[in-house]
Amino acid sequence: MSHRTDSDKRSSLLNPTRRQMLGMSLAGAAGLMLPWTRSSMSFAATPGNPFGQVIIGFSQEPTVFNPHMPHIEVDEGIYWNLYDPLFGIAPDGSYVPALAVEVPTVANGGISEDGLQWKVKLRDGVTWHDGKPFTADDVKFTLGLIMDPKFRSGRRAGHDLVRDITVVSPTEIQWRMEKPYAPYASILSSTFIVPQHAFAGISDPNTAPFNNAPIGTGPFKWANRVPGDHIQLDANRTYYGQAPHLERVVFKYIPDLTVMYTQFKTGDIDVTAMQGIMPDHYEEAKGLAGRTVVNLPVATIEAVAFNLERPQFKDPAVRKALYLALDKQTIIDELYYGLPSPTETYMPQQSAYYNPNLPKQTFNLEEARRILDEAGWKPGAGGIREKEGVRLSFTNSTTAGNQVREQTQQFMQQTWQEIGVEMQISNLPPAVMWGDYWMQSKFDSVVVGINYLTGADPDTTDYFGSHSINAQGGAGQNNFQYKSTEVDTLLTQGATVQDVEKRKPIYLKVQEVIRNDLPILPLFQYTYVRGYKEGLKGFTGNVNLRIEPWNVNTWMWA
Amino acid sequence: MTRYILNRLGQSAVILVLVSLIGFVVLNLAPGGPLSQFALTPGMSQAELDRIAEQLGLNRPLLVQYIDWFSRLFIGDWGRSFRDGQSVLAIIAGHLPATLLLMGTSTLVSILIGTWVGVMGAVRRYSVFDTLATVGAMVALSIPTFWFGLVAIYLFSLNLKWLPAGSMYTIGDQSIGDYAIHLILPVMVLAFVNVAIWSRYMRSATLEVIDQDFVRTARAKGLPYRRVLIHHIVRNALLPMITLAGLQLPTILGGALVTETVFTWPGMGRLFLDSIGYSDYPVIMGILMFSAILVLLGNLMADLLVGLADPRVRLG
Repeated sequence: MSHRTDSDKRSSLLNPTRRQMLGMSLAGAAGLMLPWTRSSMSFAATPGNPFGQVIIGFSQEPTVFNPHMPHIEVDEGIYWNLYDPLFGIAPDGSYVPALAVEVPTVANGGISEDGLQWKVKLRDGVTWHDGKPFTADDVKFTLGLIMDPKFRSGRRAGHDLVRDITVVSPTEIQWRMEKPYAPYASILSSTFIVPQHAFAGISDPNTAPFNNAPIGTGPFKWANRVPGDHIQLDANRTYYGQAPHLERVVFKYIPDLTVMYTQFKTGDIDVTAMQGIMPDHYEEAKGLAGRTVVNLPVATIEAVAFNLERPQFKDPAVRKALYLALDKQTIIDELYYGLPSPTETYMPQQSAYYNPNLPKQTFNLEEARRILDEAGWKPGAGGIREKEGVRLSFTNSTTAGNQVREQTQQFMQQTWQEIGVEMQISNLPPAVMWGDYWMQSKFDSVVVGINYLTGADPDTTDYFGSHSINAQGGAGQNNFQYKSTEVDTLLTQGATVQDVEKRKPIYLKVQEVIRNDLPILPLFQYTYVRGYKEGLKGFTGNVNLRIEPWNVNTWMWA
Repeated sequence: MTRYILNRLGQSAVILVLVSLIGFVVLNLAPGGPLSQFALTPGMSQAELDRIAEQLGLNRPLLVQYIDWFSRLFIGDWGRSFRDGQSVLAIIAGHLPATLLLMGTSTLVSILIGTWVGVMGAVRRYSVFDTLATVGAMVALSIPTFWFGLVAIYLFSLNLKWLPAGSMYTIGDQSIGDYAIHLILPVMVLAFVNVAIWSRYMRSATLEVIDQDFVRTARAKGLPYRRVLIHHIVRNALLPMITLAGLQLPTILGGALVTETVFTWPGMGRLFLDSIGYSDYPVIMGILMFSAILVLLGNLMADLLVGLADPRVRLG
């Protein structure tokens, strides 16, 4: 009760009465003080006594609050503040205990030598936001819910290998893996634990009240949601970890990026998160008074991807020539304002598994022509090269309306034309582009930004494993239809080894093979331009996660 | 009269079935679908997508899906959103107040100002006022709302700092004054266009009445001009406006797509656009049915009101 009166007092300061409000509005009209810029009001926060609020702008609306139902990136911005996984992941890629006392490893006995037995010790004395105690049963329930056939779960990969979950005590749980699968640690680091009691007596978990009034163990608890407008979370004053400095955090939905940027300038929002500031506004944004603008690396890699079953792309010489005729640096400098960093691999440069020794691509039309000549691709009708009846002519697709990508395509079209290759642009609206067209490999080539990893794990079986081709009955995302026995062997081997130092050479080699085979032509690693008000401390990116506001409990107004 | 209303309601029911059938089929035949937004999610495979589609009942024949959906309408179950799992009726009800506030206010402002401008323009035809109003209306109708909204924000929020740049209220405040301050810009932008439309209609309606015999008679028997204007001219000129206002009903409750986007107003227009973006079929169908009902109701109400207001019009 005491904290309630506390917050009431504060809210009278933050929420003036109607009469005060009218007075303030008049003052506002006179340009003296603007009540709606109040979110920037800064007060020194004392630990355990959260104060102030932060308004975070999102250009998509978070709508899925059960973290195990199908969702998109933006929803995860809520999860990271509302829920906890057993252990999380720091920006440097190391695991950090959350609901678990320690991160299970082979060294500390949490994972058996063969990678099959997992044992996790849980934190004692943690409570859910509704006051009920958190126990090993909740962990067991969460892992069970994901595999529940009645439940519309988002992804099951990894969890489907878990067998014989045993609750040893309220603070200890163990299970067996069907086969050794090292990426499971990474999957667990974003598997949020949900309370068993919220689903007790509920026949259909898909429509449980929990899904729209979530209960977590995280640093912030659910306050309310105004659909189409915002979601408010309040500080969890009994959080076991770093207690939040802010009294509340508001996620505001601003669908238009120009409007979001304007509201950032006027001060209506404190932070521009997802989609944030467009690259063409970067220079201007940096000059804004009282605002800090950062360029954060993310794990998404932009690439030209081929459908390798198309006869045009079967010849490695063609892919090599196309890569040589790709003026990467000009695309990055002219179209992306020099913000992203060029790359030769699908692995983010911040990863411990990044291979820095791959050959550097150079833009060389002469060399490209020579390679095609040597491979027997001779100029035919209209100057388009052909060989054995196959013309070097194909379509390239991406999301229609993505202007920068469309410009990139036009640029590629021009330089490839110069080596006798014809590329037609055939773009589709997002729902069509990323439907069957993409999943069933109905495209010739695409421009696409993908995070190729499994969470933060270097495993890329989903994208480069030969059993992950949907169009050939596989399960995964290898829509390039890339098949390499060498990569298959390496990936299988890498997934069974737990130790980082032993895994490293495996994944360095995978990158080498992919760089040589070129199923994708890597363009660059994305960066996101984000901004926040000066005086807000603690805003940091995390290249291992899909969304920025992952650590709001460490934010504070200075 | 009762028979007339029953007749109209019967016709409306048939129209609703047709609208829903066409909407449902077109929606489902369009390529893509509610699951394509998850295609780029790491770890998602075709097998997983197929499983989710089956759990959502999307792999059943279209006709079965339609009959299932339609028969549930009668027990008040409009389905659940694919996105947040809430019932469609609750979602519509959640977005309605915001739209009602914005569109209600702006429609009221537009009708009041528009009527006045129209009548004044007609009474002083070809005067400086009339010419300015005509030119102003042309300008207002030609400016895209999106651009005008951004200019208004740029001017009043960014430079002058008089008004907030969007949103319906300051989070944590929500006093009447706070709502009012947030209403000014979007209402201004919406009214700018709507005043133009209303004033044009009102002007021509007034011009039609102003030269009629009964107006001349009223003036001839010595009534003051003010009284003639209000009781004879405006009252008659307003009749066609009732029909127009009835047709406005769906707009008032359907929201303003562009204005709601520019001013981050959480109304029906945004809901519709977002639902389409995510192929949230149940919500799109819900909004479609809701709009269709409003159009039919608005027409019916306008016809009935005209009958009440104008004894010359007989329904039946």
